[in-house]
Amino acid sequence: MENWFLNIAHWLTSWLVSLGLAPVWADLILLVVQWTIIVGIITLNVLILIWLERKVAGFMQERLGPNRLGPFGIFQTIADTLKLLTKEDIIPSQTDRLIFKVAPMFFIIVAVMLYAVLPMGQDMAVVNLNVGLFYFISVGSLSTICILMAGWGSNNKWSLLGAMRSVAQMISYEIPLAFSLLGVVMITGSLNLSDIVQAQHNIWFILLQPVAFVTFFIAATAELNRGPFDMPEAEQELTAGAYTEYTGMRWALFFLAEYTNLVAVSALASTLFLGGWQGPFLPSWLWIILKTYLIMLVFMWLKWTFPRIRMDHLMSLSWKVLIPISLVNIVLTGAGIELFRWMGW
Amino acid sequence: MSLTINDVVFAFISGLSILSALGVVFSRNMVHSALFLILTFLGVAGIFFELGAGFLGLVQILVYAGAISVLVIFTIMLVMSVEVGKTNLPNSSMSTHLWGAYFAVLLTLALGASIWYSELPQVRGLAVSDAVGSLAGLMLGNYVVAFEVAAILLLLAVVGAIILARGVEEE
Repeated sequence: MENWFLNIAHWLTSWLVSLGLAPVWADLILLVVQWTIIVGIITLNVLILIWLERKVAGFMQERLGPNRLGPFGIFQTIADTLKLLTKEDIIPSQTDRLIFKVAPMFFIIVAVMLYAVLPMGQDMAVVNLNVGLFYFISVGSLSTICILMAGWGSNNKWSLLGAMRSVAQMISYEIPLAFSLLGVVMITGSLNLSDIVQAQHNIWFILLQPVAFVTFFIAATAELNRGPFDMPEAEQELTAGAYTEYTGMRWALFFLAEYTNLVAVSALASTLFLGGWQGPFLPSWLWIILKTYLIMLVFMWLKWTFPRIRMDHLMSLSWKVLIPISLVNIVLTGAGIELFRWMGW
Repeated sequence: MSLTINDVVFAFISGLSILSALGVVFSRNMVHSALFLILTFLGVAGIFFELGAGFLGLVQILVYAGAISVLVIFTIMLVMSVEVGKTNLPNSSMSTHLWGAYFAVLLTLALGASIWYSELPQVRGLAVSDAVGSLAGLMLGNYVVAFEVAAILLLLAVVGAIILARGVEEE
């Protein structure tokens, strides 16, 4: 069971080579196939996630959540998706047309690109990049521009305000996010995500770097624009933030990308702090799925428990609390590593 | 000399960056120019990747495409008071044209001369496996003074920006 997917990939490559293709082209085709499968799984997984989010919200607020279509309302999201697909695509006349149209596409492309380096099991990263963690952070930073494009292109005061809030928030929280990951990188001595997983063979980094995990988690919640940090799309004051003017499938693309980002960041958190695909008995790819879902449930739990934080409090939390804490954490980690070396461990 | 897959990739990436650089200059709308600038940065990052300098390419994306360009767009949005479509019009005065042409020729000459006269030894052998490590070794070893001076300079700029934005309280 452990090697199912690796065997399939191996079999596909050897079959293509036996057809007379050069190995380079066989690898390229394999890459395309892997990529298509990943995108497919992400999209289908979002259907489950939205249902889960609504069920969790219902549970927290002592109501039932979706319960009409299918057992436990599990087909509700499929019906919603069909509705969104058939809706009219409305583009307001005063928009910056091109930017308005490409913003959701770029947003989903950037979100899907994050998955290239995530190890989804033993030897199961699509690209085993030696600067994988840095790739994740820098590609992730591109999504700010997509939100800015959406807000600007809509030519609407709420959209622009929402986009500005979300960009200010994402730029501020990128710093503690990257700093909190530095502790893990310092212990491992590598930016390769597979190496980081291997280094957690004996002990998970959540035990060695608890402060980094907490700062990472808070910063990640803000990066994802999820509650309690969802000021950019606070319904009561901004309608829907940068997405106000979007309808139908274009709006659904933003929604899809937000959940895609959620899965990617949760998978990153479980890779860096919870030992990644390592675990007893079950195959490695099942372990990473279980750990990712665990982290996502915590994200949902936080969203439906805490009230929204005011914008200036949000900023001062990042600059005055999280950044100093993560800097101190880096210094202490460095001192600890030197101490261990000096003691000869 | 046959066309390798590397050449095709290089032609594609550099063509994209040149086209988007032209887009920066020729757009009538300043926000469009800024967005084209991001595409140019991404193209430059692609050239870094193509040369095997993955880390530098990612730094290019994170710093330029992800952060600096956002600041550029913010600034444009905040200070813009005229109609958007007329924010980046060509300048009509003749002396500006002449000065522009003069500097363009000067820049081309300087760049061309420096490329023409410098020796470009061909690197053979395997690519560096631990590029990040050797970069860090240089930055915090041989060039640590320059590195720290740059850091202090940036810190001063941040403090200055805060003071400019908040204003000094009257005594």
